[in-house]
Amino acid sequence: METEKRSIQREALAKLIEQWCREGKRVLAPRKSGDKVDFDRVTSLSEVSFDHVQTVQSPKSAVFPRVEELFSFRSADGQVEVRDRELDILPETVVFGLRPCDAAAFAALEAIFNWDAPDRLFTARRARTTLVAVACSRADEYCFCTSVGGGPGAVAGSDILLTDLGQGEFLAEIASAKGREMLQAADSLFGPALDADKESRLAKPAAVFAADAVAAVLAGLFADTAFWEEQSRRCVGCGACAYVCPTCACFDIQDEGGASGKRLRCWDSCGFGLFTLHTSGHNPRPLQSQRWRQRLMHKFSYMPERQGVLGCVGCGRCSRGCPVDMNILEHLRAIAEARP
Amino acid sequence: MNARDVFKPFLMRIEQITEEAPDVRTLRLVFQNEDEGRGFIFRTGQFGEYSVFGEGECTFCIASSPTRQGYIECTFRKAGRVTSALAALETNETVGFRGPYGNVFPIDQWQGRNLLFIAGGIALPPMRSVIWNVLDLRDRYRDVTIVYGARTVADLVYKRELQEWAGRDDVKLVTTVDPGGETPDWQGEIGFVPAVLDKLAPASHDTVAVVCGPPVMIKFTFPVLARLGFAPGDIYTTLENRMKCGVGKCGRCNTGKHFVCKDGPVFTFAQLQEMPQEY
Repeated sequence: METEKRSIQREALAKLIEQWCREGKRVLAPRKSGDKVDFDRVTSLSEVSFDHVQTVQSPKSAVFPRVEELFSFRSADGQVEVRDRELDILPETVVFGLRPCDAAAFAALEAIFNWDAPDRLFTARRARTTLVAVACSRADEYCFCTSVGGGPGAVAGSDILLTDLGQGEFLAEIASAKGREMLQAADSLFGPALDADKESRLAKPAAVFAADAVAAVLAGLFADTAFWEEQSRRCVGCGACAYVCPTCACFDIQDEGGASGKRLRCWDSCGFGLFTLHTSGHNPRPLQSQRWRQRLMHKFSYMPERQGVLGCVGCGRCSRGCPVDMNILEHLRAIAEARP
Repeated sequence: MNARDVFKPFLMRIEQITEEAPDVRTLRLVFQNEDEGRGFIFRTGQFGEYSVFGEGECTFCIASSPTRQGYIECTFRKAGRVTSALAALETNETVGFRGPYGNVFPIDQWQGRNLLFIAGGIALPPMRSVIWNVLDLRDRYRDVTIVYGARTVADLVYKRELQEWAGRDDVKLVTTVDPGGETPDWQGEIGFVPAVLDKLAPASHDTVAVVCGPPVMIKFTFPVLARLGFAPGDIYTTLENRMKCGVGKCGRCNTGKHFVCKDGPVFTFAQLQEMPQEY
């Protein structure tokens, strides 16, 4: 679909959010809480943060909650009754104010959850989710979207992309059928396209490496044990990088509540030793260096080859969130420059 | 879109429980919903996720042959939380089952060839499915040889079936136990599976080998088969990576670019040589 350009004033944007809330939509947006900014449910524009670089958590929980009930069950006298989740009650959701990198990350999640056997809950949540992103006017030293095919004003993945043009005015790029539907439901709030220079409003994160170069080098680096030991020396295996990552989708399945309880899907991480540990004690990836290698290989080599999409959008959250200051950008630059 | 939720298990009734060895038992499971049972088709080599509601799921191959219809069987050792709960269930109680998942032993391609099955310990179950499958279609295959070992005589599983195979003139069965694992009346071999295989020295000409066992047994069996002249593409095994979803999403069984749950669990030694040793 060709992107349609319109504009919207800040006051109209406030009305738009109120309209969504009136329509019963759940609006998730970056909201300041103490010294952190994170996605939370909002009911007015005044609650939304615009001046942050990036939220701590990604918006993936809108479609892939940290803990999701797959179904519930009741057991009595050895007989079991399984109760499906009701999909109709899942909320219509607008994720507002996410960054273009985050919007792009939904393509990676879709590739994983719809690979071969479509995931019913994910698909239902995704179908009810509209992404209204805000382009980045600032980047920090952890941002690297331009190295992985994205950009601070990239439209791909967003249903509507807003760019702050100053003086309370936003450029609105309508980029999908869902975005158009949203526009049509509130057309009077949008103004005509403006003759504005979007590019001059955007941050300029430098492209540091080429993702396809990383993929090409990685294949030959797998067996270089010393390289991976060096790369992962500081890693404490806490899994924070996976939890804040907008594309990490590995999960665990657990039961809770006893014989009449729930089966749950919970976020998990390949960085944990328990992730692959067999009951026998055998572990295919017993070393943290192997687990770090798995994280990078999966995102930059296996996913492009198997699912046709990179597992990284350059949001930089893993680096900002790492308790031992591992900066993935430095690691990827080292890989791109390695000559195995 | 009324497709069945991939995570929703079929409800199965435990029809029969067989004690195989200490802490090892086989459950025969039948579909509680007959329509679901009629629509269920699997092929040998495939696996499933078995669950005890309230405890969780665990992954086993389907240990019965697709030629034996109306039920599926799984054999497991009581080891962790879910298998302990499974072992505590009684006949007529309910087990969840999702599947069948994964690829298959290409038994159609093996027609007209000799078959050599090599298994160790609790790894006989995946092999039992394919063994019964080919024995039920016996005239399609030439010589069938089974080499099976366990730590002790007590640890040998499927003892009744081992007897049945030993009694057949169209099957050659060699059983072995680790040194010290024999009983006074033990008639079989004494020694580790790779060593017994080396001594047996089966001909590799026009023969397919299937190897299932603990990682250490597999590691030492491949070189023996190579010495005997088996081509890497004629040696099959089934990997047992830890899994949760079984459908290529949860990430656990990812080994190189492969997902054991989707691309496997059946691989040839030729394929394994191209994969990182993360299994």
